[in-house]
Amino acid sequence: MTKKYVGQRMTRTEDPRLLTGQALFVDDVQIPGMLYAAFLRSDYAHALLKSIDVSAAWERPGVVAVYTAEDMGDDWQPSPPNVSPPPGMEGVTFNSRTPVPLVRDKVRHAGESLAMVLAESRYIAEDAVEDIWVELEPLDAVVDLEKALEPGAPLVHDDLDSNLAAHLAQGKGDYEAAREQADLVVKRRIVIDRGAAGAMENRGIVAHWDRKSQHLTVWDTTQSPIPIRNGLAAMFGLSSHQVRVIAPFVGGAFGPKIMMYYPEEVLLTWATLKLGRPIKWIEDRRENFYATTQERSQIHDAEMALTKEGRILGIRHEFLHDTGAYDPYGLTIPLNTQSHSMGAYDVPNYYSDLKVVFTNKTIVTPVRGAGRPQGIFLAERLLDIAARELGIDRVEIRKRNLIPPDAFPYEHKIIDQAFSPLVYDSGNYLATLEKAAATIGYRDFVEKEQPRLRAEGKHVGLGIVPFVETTGVGPYEGARVTVETDGRVSVATGVGTQGQGHFTSFAQIVADQLGVSPRDVHMVTGDTAEFHWGTGTFASRGAVVAANAINAAALGVRKKIFKQASKVLDVPEEDLELVDGHVRIADIPQKSIGLGELAVLANPLRGAVEPGTEPGLESTDYFGPQYGATANGAHALILEVDPETMMIEIKRYVAVEDCGTVLNPLILEGQIHGAVALGIANSYYEQLIYDENGQLLNASLADYLIPTATEIPVIEIDHEETLSPLNPLGSKGAGEAGTIPVPAAFAQALEDALYDYGLEILEMPMSPNKLFELLHGHDA
Amino acid sequence: MSDQYTISVSINGTQYERTVEPRLLLSDFLRHDLGLTGTHVGCEHGVCGACTVLLDGVPVRSCLMFAVQVDGHEVTTVEALGTPDDLHPLQEAFREAHGAQCGFCTPGLLLTLVPFLEENPDPTEHEIRDAIAGNLCRCTGYQHIVDAVKLASARRKA
Amino acid sequence: MKPASFEYYAPTTVDEALAHLAEYGWDAKVLAGGQSLIPMMNFRLAQPAVLVDLNNVAELFYIRPSRDGGLLIGAMTRQRQVERDSLVAERAPMIHAAQPKVAYPQIRNRGTFGGSIAHADPSAELVAASVALGAKFRLCSRRGERWVPADQFFVGLFTTVLEPDELLVEVALPPLPPRSGWSFLEVARRHHDFALVGAAAVAGLDGRGRCEQARLVFFSVGDGPVEAHGAAGVLQGREPTADAVGEAAETAAEADVDPNSDINASAAYRRHLVKVLGRRALTEAFARARGDQ
Repeated sequence: MTKKYVGQRMTRTEDPRLLTGQALFVDDVQIPGMLYAAFLRSDYAHALLKSIDVSAAWERPGVVAVYTAEDMGDDWQPSPPNVSPPPGMEGVTFNSRTPVPLVRDKVRHAGESLAMVLAESRYIAEDAVEDIWVELEPLDAVVDLEKALEPGAPLVHDDLDSNLAAHLAQGKGDYEAAREQADLVVKRRIVIDRGAAGAMENRGIVAHWDRKSQHLTVWDTTQSPIPIRNGLAAMFGLSSHQVRVIAPFVGGAFGPKIMMYYPEEVLLTWATLKLGRPIKWIEDRRENFYATTQERSQIHDAEMALTKEGRILGIRHEFLHDTGAYDPYGLTIPLNTQSHSMGAYDVPNYYSDLKVVFTNKTIVTPVRGAGRPQGIFLAERLLDIAARELGIDRVEIRKRNLIPPDAFPYEHKIIDQAFSPLVYDSGNYLATLEKAAATIGYRDFVEKEQPRLRAEGKHVGLGIVPFVETTGVGPYEGARVTVETDGRVSVATGVGTQGQGHFTSFAQIVADQLGVSPRDVHMVTGDTAEFHWGTGTFASRGAVVAANAINAAALGVRKKIFKQASKVLDVPEEDLELVDGHVRIADIPQKSIGLGELAVLANPLRGAVEPGTEPGLESTDYFGPQYGATANGAHALILEVDPETMMIEIKRYVAVEDCGTVLNPLILEGQIHGAVALGIANSYYEQLIYDENGQLLNASLADYLIPTATEIPVIEIDHEETLSPLNPLGSKGAGEAGTIPVPAAFAQALEDALYDYGLEILEMPMSPNKLFELLHGHDA
Repeated sequence: MSDQYTISVSINGTQYERTVEPRLLLSDFLRHDLGLTGTHVGCEHGVCGACTVLLDGVPVRSCLMFAVQVDGHEVTTVEALGTPDDLHPLQEAFREAHGAQCGFCTPGLLLTLVPFLEENPDPTEHEIRDAIAGNLCRCTGYQHIVDAVKLASARRKA
Repeated sequence: MKPASFEYYAPTTVDEALAHLAEYGWDAKVLAGGQSLIPMMNFRLAQPAVLVDLNNVAELFYIRPSRDGGLLIGAMTRQRQVERDSLVAERAPMIHAAQPKVAYPQIRNRGTFGGSIAHADPSAELVAASVALGAKFRLCSRRGERWVPADQFFVGLFTTVLEPDELLVEVALPPLPPRSGWSFLEVARRHHDFALVGAAAVAGLDGRGRCEQARLVFFSVGDGPVEAHGAAGVLQGREPTADAVGEAAETAAEADVDPNSDINASAAYRRHLVKVLGRRALTEAFARARGDQ
């Protein structure tokens, strides 16, 4: 296959519709007779449900139904878990507790639903929610992670002995021995707090059970329509072929839109089956802060043992991970943290003890980065402190520890989020770091520019951090590629699209395989009626797993094309080539046949299809990686801080990424920009703030500070490219990478800028107020 | 049931007469009563800017207005700018510069930018970012959006 | 987040509006730009039974020069218009500087000058600026009309002296006295956010270059705009050297303000910002007074 489109900066096929407001989002779905749902949500984070009286709500004109847990009867059940650890794993404790559709006994986080109202309009439904009388007896809330594990702490789940959701310890080598031999041991406590995904589109569902056709259609802003479809079918006793789940255009997802099964997904399905009417629920922004998942909160007691040359002998950390009120997503996030706590470095000894803690807060599931930023923050902060104490340049100390290019595949000897051995497949970490250092002008800045600016009284600092990102995990994805009778190609795959440009980048792969223009490739993603095998869009796997499945399916079609054309044109297959939508003989271009015509011939109205063949020019194939490919990168930034006001300005930002084969550089750049913006947000702007009663204090966009165009700098991007040996395309994931090193680089830069204050920044997110406290030693 | 008001409003050049409840938000009126779903709703408290439309040519938050308030006025939504086969020059610039990813914030941005470019045909990077500070985007990090605006303004000059 | 139901009136004259307010009293809320009120209604934090919409009261939209060299601004004048007006730039440069700092362009396109003042958010730029400039507000009701100076208008958190049947109809901005200068500064986490702390200063010199009057008003430090009388006292009659200004700023931070703590800033951090911004604002105001800028 000659590379023509893969690697090109193609503009996106899907853009004209999106740009003109002609693309379908869930809230655009209108069905006659549709009802609108609203929920009564608990204001308390932890409370016993004593009684609930919905009679007044039923009376309100325009209200069609009001349901509580009691009304659900035997249908009431907690959602199945998404990702549990494999059963019987040695040394792993895991208490699975999954979200409930409606509160039955007690409320476990603020925003948990107590009742559902269905009405002729959302306005009336919200009026009716206010008609409901509920008696809640508040209980002490579990908020602080350490207090949660103290004996006598209130229990989030009363059937457990404690608030321990899970415990897992793993390691390699012998950290204690390494510690004995070390010249320096750096020991610190590191605290990271929660942030939201903050997609511009909130969640939404339209569920429609059509009694006459006995068919359920669900439009859902989900990242994983196929598991939702399978799950809903199983939950409600339907054949999976009676259920169609469609994820249309989705206005950003970033992780939380995959948390199935959200209570609302279950409830709307239950209600439409009961009433036989289509039902719509569109989450509003206030609900989003409570009812959509969040991530990042962890407390680490960490140490790093080093030689006096700065070689890392070992890393050890004990940490608490906040899972919120339930733990449907298993150990994915904290395992990711462990996988990244050694950074891009060759660390021979490692030990980590992880405890997952239930709290009376919103459920935690992956948000772009998914536990990786915390690991990198830990490794890089400890290394920065070590560099200072040992008097070694911070880039130099990193170079001394990076996994060298000849050490791949590098086996870490710990387990990853998929409970398989963590292996980094390929990379040239040194080249990436050096490129970032060169682009930001590290030497010049440290030796000339910074001293000059400091002499002028300015506080300017630089941060530079290498990192890795595990990507492209299985289990698998699939795709079906079909040549249509008009010569265009249609492709269906199970993953959904939330802005990543799949309609274009995937089409580029097919175009190269089949010799057509990507504009003539029609993609369908996220519709279970079109394709129903696969998992979803998450963990930076689209460009790896789905892309390779599409590539494999396209290759399958290519082979069929050659086989068919060889018969039709009466030449050996080796003499054929695919160009501009035609199959032709290499040296005799006039002897050709159009793909459309060939497709017609491949599906004869008369004459049997021979045994062992299939009609048409279509192929379905799958790709499941052996293990996840590992991307890497290095970011560098220069910022200025005003130590009087605590205001910062990022002067330059450089991101060097290595995600293997780049399908579409234009789209990749966009992904990096967006991810870095989230990383900057996680560094100085966004933090979900809970009080000691489990109340979220900043549940609005006025108080939860998503950066605007005036806060995000220009981001300069550069690339390295080490192909992954794990898949034919050589690709690695790239969607989350930009978020991962930012807080670590930001902290380093801030410390560097305020060198005269001798700061240590050990928490993320930082904020002007926290910086003030560090500089002036005040208590909050 | 509260009183109903009859309003007469021009939307994208077409006159509409409708009866509405006073509390019906303009964003909901456009999207659900008129089926103009290009205007998106992200927050309903005036911060995200996804719902931005033009009221008599000036960008406003449609989630912070009631439909009754546009009686006798002109409203412009994204549907007026162009169609997939006939993009407005600014939409074309967005397409070339990859200024949209999920597309949810995009209509609000476009309507903020069209009058901005009329008033500021040759804006600096800083001016562009300031002009869109009231439009949140979670996907793009804003850079390609700024590139799109620069591209559009360069084309206007040419 | 949909608002609760309400009765709606859209008068076209001030008299009509006042008639509705007289009838409904506290049950009615005035709808000006709606940029503060409607979010609260969407959150159902505000559920007024009656809404009196002033957007069709044409007689309240104007910017006029006043005979004393200042300005008269109709309460419903859009902030967008104030931002762009050359008379405002000339006669009320502090307003001209403060206006673009208010939220975002789309908010200013709809939000009104008088609406921001009547809403009395302690973080509002226009509130603090009007106090620093010695503005006067004209209030009307069916019972008559009265003028209230800005420094007597704001009496508590989101609370003004407006009676339930009263409307703010006009803001009178006096001209800056000769030999005086102004400054308007704020510190905000995102460029267009409500300020963590803000300062509006007007400083005047006598013939010998000594401080004749200094008006320093802080916002986002309490329930309303806070005038730093202590700081003003420190400077009165003195030459405004860096030391004197520093002392005044220190006094403002220690004695004049008693800031709250919230999720964005502790009281200590706010106090610190009062000192920093107080110093910077006074320095700039005096420099302008001297003609340095």
